[in-house]
Amino acid sequence: MNNTALAGIKVLECAKFVSGPYCTKLLADMGAEVIKIEPPSVGDGARYRGPFVGDIPHRERSGFFFFLNTSKLGITLDIDTATGREIFLRLIEDCDVLVEDKPPQFMKEQGLDYEYLKSINPRLIMTSITPFGQSGPYRGYKAYHLNTYHGSGVAKVLSSILPDETPVPVKGPGFLGDFDSGLNAATAIMAALYSWLFTGEGQHIDISKQESLMALERVEIGMYGNEGDTKFSTVFMQQMVGGLQRCKDGYVLITLGGDHHWEGLVKMLGDPEWAGEEKFQGEFGKYEHAQEINKYIAEWMIEHDKAEIYHRCQSLNCPVGMVTTVADLAASEQLEAHGFFAEAEHSEMGRFRCPTAPYRFSETLHRFHRPAPTLGEHNEEILCNRLGYSKEELSRMRGVGII
Amino acid sequence: MVDSNTNRLPLEGVRIADFTWAWAGPYATELLAFLGAEVVKIESVKRPDHARTRSLSHGLSNRDLDKSSVFNDLNLNKLSLSLDLKQPKAIELAKRLVAVSDVVAENYRPGVMDKLGLGYDVLRQIKPDIVMLSSSAMGAVGPERNYAGFAPTFAALGGAAHLTGYPDKRPVPLMGSSDLRSASTSAFAILVALYHKARTGQGQHIDLSSTETIAINISDSILDYIMNGCVAVRKGNRDEIMAPHNVYPCKGESRWVSIAVATDEEWQSLCKAMSSPSLADDERFSDGYRRWCNQDDLDQIVGEWTANFTDYEVTAMLQKAGVAAMPTLQGTDLYEDSHFKFRSVATEVTHANVGTRFVVGPPWKFSATPARIRHSSPMLGEHNEYVLGGLLGMSRDEIAALEEDGVLS
Repeated sequence: MNNTALAGIKVLECAKFVSGPYCTKLLADMGAEVIKIEPPSVGDGARYRGPFVGDIPHRERSGFFFFLNTSKLGITLDIDTATGREIFLRLIEDCDVLVEDKPPQFMKEQGLDYEYLKSINPRLIMTSITPFGQSGPYRGYKAYHLNTYHGSGVAKVLSSILPDETPVPVKGPGFLGDFDSGLNAATAIMAALYSWLFTGEGQHIDISKQESLMALERVEIGMYGNEGDTKFSTVFMQQMVGGLQRCKDGYVLITLGGDHHWEGLVKMLGDPEWAGEEKFQGEFGKYEHAQEINKYIAEWMIEHDKAEIYHRCQSLNCPVGMVTTVADLAASEQLEAHGFFAEAEHSEMGRFRCPTAPYRFSETLHRFHRPAPTLGEHNEEILCNRLGYSKEELSRMRGVGII
Repeated sequence: MVDSNTNRLPLEGVRIADFTWAWAGPYATELLAFLGAEVVKIESVKRPDHARTRSLSHGLSNRDLDKSSVFNDLNLNKLSLSLDLKQPKAIELAKRLVAVSDVVAENYRPGVMDKLGLGYDVLRQIKPDIVMLSSSAMGAVGPERNYAGFAPTFAALGGAAHLTGYPDKRPVPLMGSSDLRSASTSAFAILVALYHKARTGQGQHIDLSSTETIAINISDSILDYIMNGCVAVRKGNRDEIMAPHNVYPCKGESRWVSIAVATDEEWQSLCKAMSSPSLADDERFSDGYRRWCNQDDLDQIVGEWTANFTDYEVTAMLQKAGVAAMPTLQGTDLYEDSHFKFRSVATEVTHANVGTRFVVGPPWKFSATPARIRHSSPMLGEHNEYVLGGLLGMSRDEIAALEEDGVLS
């Protein structure tokens, strides 16, 4: 499919690790031209995170970096040098969207804040992704994913469903909150771009990772403000009929949205006698006797495999999920059939199956169409072919560490 | 940044016919409503959005369809049209609404819209440039396309539950956030399609899998299996490389601070802030590799130190020293937090039946086109007259006749 939704949009990325790169990857996979700027010699820190092909660390063989930077062009540039800054500003002149993740005070100190960049390109949509946003008492705080996750209240919401009496709050898997922030920023950019189609008006978008996460537990966080520190979530996990259940080879998760789901579950359990007891009838009856019911359910589950429970229960119209490992995901016929995976090819990494995106568009491309760039792969294409520097100038810049 | 309310909203003039329900669908269109889209939500008394009456996390609560705070939270800024889609006349009205809309959003099981006569193939005949989003548990194609789920199901099926929690304990199926992740992905996808439509005039159908919206966030772990056969497990708060990287107990009852150290420089700053020169010289912790290998000892030592202070005291001391630290904010803390207040993360909204409540606002700050909350969620059928009369040009008599026939019930 050659039709791309974002053809013609030019994005400059000056960001590292997950949030900023994931944001522009989403745009690049949809057809925007993204130029990624990395620091000379070392590049984006994500290059040094696994998984690596064959488990051997190599900055051009990180699956982590690959996934986050598909479909982009890559250049190296030290924007702290006078020449680097000059090149950066020339790129700003010619782009529609800038995505950056520097601390708010840094951009100001460098004279690269929105007020200045706007004077160079009034149509610029500048997007700043930082742990706590551009304003407020924590704007200068340093935070890694662990810190923004815990600092958002979301970790505490999670800990309310931990199975302990006094749970130690826990973060989400991997870099979940950083992916969330990248997606949130991409959504804001698309809204600004849509508006810009009609007005041509540029603007500055302030994305706080903390707030990106808070938004995802808006119902719980709202409750805290309105009802105080109630223990509704804990109550829910204990009172829920089904819920997380251990089975023969792992866990399944049973959620019942109404009596019709219950009927499916009971059928799978073989229509046991206890299910017909008067006290278990009706939704309120079930909620009241959830612990008793769950004991019966648990006895059955432990004798059966998660895949068997999952498929049988779903075929009986009861929404049960199995707790999957990455091995289950890689082997899933459903994910394969829906196009979650595609073959990737990279000069240093060879060919491998790679996750694409959670959606399919009927008319436009929705997944990567070129591999992640090697470090400085497009220096010549961008600096010589577009900006007009000669190859000699390029090698001189390389010699002094500007590119 | 100037946050002026007089500015144009980014999606002004965009209309969405919203057939979604529960959480994963409605939050997607709520995000677009924050951005200025006119969202007309279609439900009926016979089949209301079940967020009006129940939620997994808060049980069964409301008998009254117009009194749910959960529904209010996920349907701000929207208009409501009540249509009993079991009736042919209602389907005709839905089609007329689609004819004057830019987007259709739905999260029924795949095939339900087709059975109702409102599938993409039909709707594109009525409105050739329509953007339609179909969000389902597993996507609209594949052997499990008819499977259903709720937020914790997606966390389980998407691989996140297995990777969340402590190694010696049960997996943690996240919470409502899984639905809202799916919704956020839907909002992004719709915006991409809207941009394409505005530029080229071409509409399209988006098929989204909620389970995949979760799985995509652990792509690095999936690739580790594909590349190296490594099956990732949950590790609590710990990291593959960084140490210390955990939460540590503080003064008070169940109070915690998160601390993460990536470099030798940060490590030296932490030791200095802890006033512990012996720690800085301790051979067990003298480089990043050793700190990671000896992190059980390290966590013990750091935890003994943090226990002398409050979570905010540790955070202030460490941030001053250039070390990443934040309290594990919880519950009502947030509403006392100076930064949370400064950024106006939560604002009060008044709903005639639910009352005045805090709700979390849009998660972006735009300098020129600020997104905003304009009004509370609608009562079921509150905007029938506006939609049928104003948008579809029906007379009062015609609307009354529809009411009489039970089409609007």
